[in-house]
Amino acid sequence: MSAPELEIENLTLRYGGLTAIDALSLRVETGSLHALIGPNGAGKTSVFNAISGLARGQSGAIRLRGERIERLSPDARARRGLARTFQNLRLFNEMTALENVLAGMHAEMGGTLFDVLTRLGGFHAKERAAVSAARELLDFVGLAAVAQTLARSLSYGDQRRLEIARALAAKPRLLLLDEPAAGMNPAETQGLNHLLGAVRARGVTMLLVEHDMGLVMRLCDQITVLNFGRKIAEGAPEAVRADPAVIEAYLGVKGAAELAKAP
Amino acid sequence: MPGDRRAPRPIHRRHELRRIPLMTGFDLDDFLWTYQSLLVALGVNGILALSMYVVLAIGQLSLGQAAFMGLGAYASALLSLHTGLPFPLVLAAAMLAPATVALAIGVPTLRLSGVYLALATIGLGEILRIFLIQSDLTGGALGLPGIPVKAGFPLIYGCLLLAVLALVLICRSRIGRAMEAIREDEVAAAVGGVNLPRYKMAALVVSAMLAGLAGALNAHASSSISPNDYGFDAAVTILSFAILGGIRSPLGPIAGAMVLTLLPEILRPLQDYRLVVNGLIIVVAVLYMPHGILPWRIGRVGVSLRPPA
Repeated sequence: MSAPELEIENLTLRYGGLTAIDALSLRVETGSLHALIGPNGAGKTSVFNAISGLARGQSGAIRLRGERIERLSPDARARRGLARTFQNLRLFNEMTALENVLAGMHAEMGGTLFDVLTRLGGFHAKERAAVSAARELLDFVGLAAVAQTLARSLSYGDQRRLEIARALAAKPRLLLLDEPAAGMNPAETQGLNHLLGAVRARGVTMLLVEHDMGLVMRLCDQITVLNFGRKIAEGAPEAVRADPAVIEAYLGVKGAAELAKAP
Repeated sequence: MPGDRRAPRPIHRRHELRRIPLMTGFDLDDFLWTYQSLLVALGVNGILALSMYVVLAIGQLSLGQAAFMGLGAYASALLSLHTGLPFPLVLAAAMLAPATVALAIGVPTLRLSGVYLALATIGLGEILRIFLIQSDLTGGALGLPGIPVKAGFPLIYGCLLLAVLALVLICRSRIGRAMEAIREDEVAAAVGGVNLPRYKMAALVVSAMLAGLAGALNAHASSSISPNDYGFDAAVTILSFAILGGIRSPLGPIAGAMVLTLLPEILRPLQDYRLVVNGLIIVVAVLYMPHGILPWRIGRVGVSLRPPA
């Protein structure tokens, strides 16, 4: 059997006295849409930071298609096919939507300073190809009309979609999405639903942190539930939804008992 | 301050001008001669402004541009005075010396975010100034006189033009996009595949090279240099070129340098109040023009973006 897209083994991450991730193991199978859920402060974003290289765990291994990456810099991980979005948007605000997407292609494009200064080495052809690929991506997420608008001037929902387009620009094999539906209205969430389905059809494996349970249950094949940095449940949506430990984590012991009593 | 240095004007020349008060026509030679030091300062300050731009363009703050300039000036002056090295090689050495120092400062400071580079470069400036004053080799507080005048207008403005051209080409490319991305959000840039340490180091080294070049050109245009030309106030002046001009394109800092070099001359009739007015103009411009006096933003794409027909 081939190595999974992402495999986390016994990862522990502490910030001073606080254990954000506690001996977590996780497998994300190639081609799957895997959700990471849990109450606020459960360590979901910490897991994303550890995977993308913004935080270094004290122990444990992270493998991307079998290759250990836990000591690599964020950009080296990006070059190995990893991309992510952020819970609080991190766009390049003073750049246009198109330039944001082009910036996302940085590692993928290549080209030397010499090529840039002389405009040789197929510079113009590469730029043209990149621009048309970026326009296609903007079209794909529904932002073709605002390609020349500065990112900071876009509406919130458009900014969220632009961040996904920028992440896709790197042609990732694994995409980490940190609460993509946060702050979206129902119509926008519906659009996101379609968008993620389309991304998946492109063969991109996704790991998703999300609080919108409707979205999670509809889209995901596999769900991992975290609480206090530990994995408390894992499985298909149906199984996880019925898991008493999950209900207790979200509602507390008393709430869970009340829910059980309800008709 | 680099802009204030005047090349001494020969006395007989002044005498001649006084004898013939009415000028019958525009004489280019005479114009160049009269404004020689101002024209040198405009070109040199333009290059310095670009050296500042390169660092600010990736969101770093250096207050070492004056020190890098001084390193270039002294390295080139000493080589010209004591060796027979051809001038192009002297200029290369004047870029290499500050580049080496920038590399040494960059390794420990660029890994940290925040003000560490600014602090380290302030320190560099002070160390250099004190060293220059104490050392016999560099002529102590009096500096080095008698540097051969080898840098004329074509060379100075040629260098300025080449530097602008190179920076514009870089801006409109994948490298320019990565630089702006780092300035906007370095975490997002890194996650997007930009090698932060490499970009930050390259920017600092290139900026030191440009400042060193400016220092060498200035030294070989004005024939004498002294330690106080490269102190903290010079560093702040160079920073204000970029702040006043704006950094949305490489042309912004050049515009800032032009204004800040010309303004003291234009305000000369105000005599003692001119520095007050000079300062007021800077404050007002910074307050009311957050993107600088040249807010035009350079596009970051290397091909034309006309909408497809």
